Amino acid sequence: MNMAFKKFLGVFYGLLLIAVGYLLSQIGFFEFFMDPWEREDYIIKLYEHFELVLYSMSLAIITGVGCGILFSRERFKRFAPYAEYIAGLGQTIPTLAILALSMSLFGIGKTTAIFTLFVISIIPILRNTLVGLKEISPSLIDAAEGLGLRKRDILLKIELPNAMPIIITGIRVAFVINIGTAALGYLIGAGGLGEVIFTGIQVQETNRLLAGCLPVIFSALFIDYLLDILSLVLIPKGLQLQHSSTEGT
Amino acid sequence: MFGFVDYIVKNFSEILILTGEHLTIVFISLFIAILIGIPAGILITNNEKAAKKVISLANIFMTMPSIALFGLMMPILSPLGYGLGMVPAVSALVLYNQLPIIRNTYVALKNIPRPILHAGRGIGLSNTSLLLQLKIPLALPYIISGIRNAAVMNIGIASIACYIGAGGLGVLIQQGINRLNYDMVIAGGVLVSLLAILMDLVLNYVEKKMTPEGIRTQKQKRGA
Repeated sequence: MNMAFKKFLGVFYGLLLIAVGYLLSQIGFFEFFMDPWEREDYIIKLYEHFELVLYSMSLAIITGVGCGILFSRERFKRFAPYAEYIAGLGQTIPTLAILALSMSLFGIGKTTAIFTLFVISIIPILRNTLVGLKEISPSLIDAAEGLGLRKRDILLKIELPNAMPIIITGIRVAFVINIGTAALGYLIGAGGLGEVIFTGIQVQETNRLLAGCLPVIFSALFIDYLLDILSLVLIPKGLQLQHSSTEGT
Repeated sequence: MFGFVDYIVKNFSEILILTGEHLTIVFISLFIAILIGIPAGILITNNEKAAKKVISLANIFMTMPSIALFGLMMPILSPLGYGLGMVPAVSALVLYNQLPIIRNTYVALKNIPRPILHAGRGIGLSNTSLLLQLKIPLALPYIISGIRNAAVMNIGIASIACYIGAGGLGVLIQQGINRLNYDMVIAGGVLVSLLAILMDLVLNYVEKKMTPEGIRTQKQKRGA
């Protein structure tokens, strides 16, 4: 019974895929890509989009994780609650508002867009790094000190691997938000796939709209999936069981 | 720098209307999402396989970027005559809200300690009254915190919905960027942010009030 159901499900998915492909070809979605002018322009937009995402994201990961580590050291520990509070407050502020405010401060252009994306994606990363490093049980660090590890080794071998699941979740959330918000970069003149989407909305052209939306959606889903797999590699084996079992409940 | 205050004072009545529109979108979609999400969260507590599937489906919707989901809603809804305006905005927001509401309901109901449930059975509660009188009151703070997340997120995404003609405070940002009227842009940005923070604070208060007396922590008791 179960096997038959599974086989039926496979056929169902196949039919669904064919139906979607047929619908897309009916509305001229593939013709959109056949047009050599459109295609050239489209590839530039795609490139611009991922340029925005990659620049801002790499800056945000370096700064966010770095600041998180800095605020968990003995010397700067007193600032950690403030940083956490600010990050929490930042998470409630809508992305479009951050975009609008930074545009009114720095004007339009690609730099402003990268700065905005940086601010938006640093918030979850910083927050999760702080939380992850804070929640390590002190007995683990005590044990490491008892073994005679130096401060740097404790950070690299004990603290970071233990905090890794939470940090990776933060990076995942930030990446997904970043890809979505990069589409808004068009509004302040940064180009990207947003240009295709917003033009599609304005001229009510469904295939242009879909050509903008689908890569954004699928790249977000793909990055989410990719980081899920990456976490299997980066999280130490001993923690994985515990991690998956807490997630399951 | 503070020109935006002038702008707000001068256009107060219009801003009030836009705020009304914004809150209408937010609350309608939140209401529908609660109507779908909480029963779904309760239903999947008995079925672990279904729970995993439903939550991962909701997670997929959450992962989709907002403007792209709006864009996807338009061709789907336009044959019905609702391509632009409030309908695609609300339906996209309902999809977004499913994850926080369903997940929090599910996790809260799952994490009720066994002994409490056994005690409930022991005093002869039926399945329905066990759910209504014991499980839901105990899970309520957590469910409300899911609703709070959803509401704050709604305010942010509803401001993007102005680009598909749904109105709301995003109009200030949209028009301000088009006219390069920075006061207007800042006014829109500040008002949307304030609205989100206010919503967070109000629902935080509700969450604290709704926590049953018995499971309040000492700090909450002193605070209340």
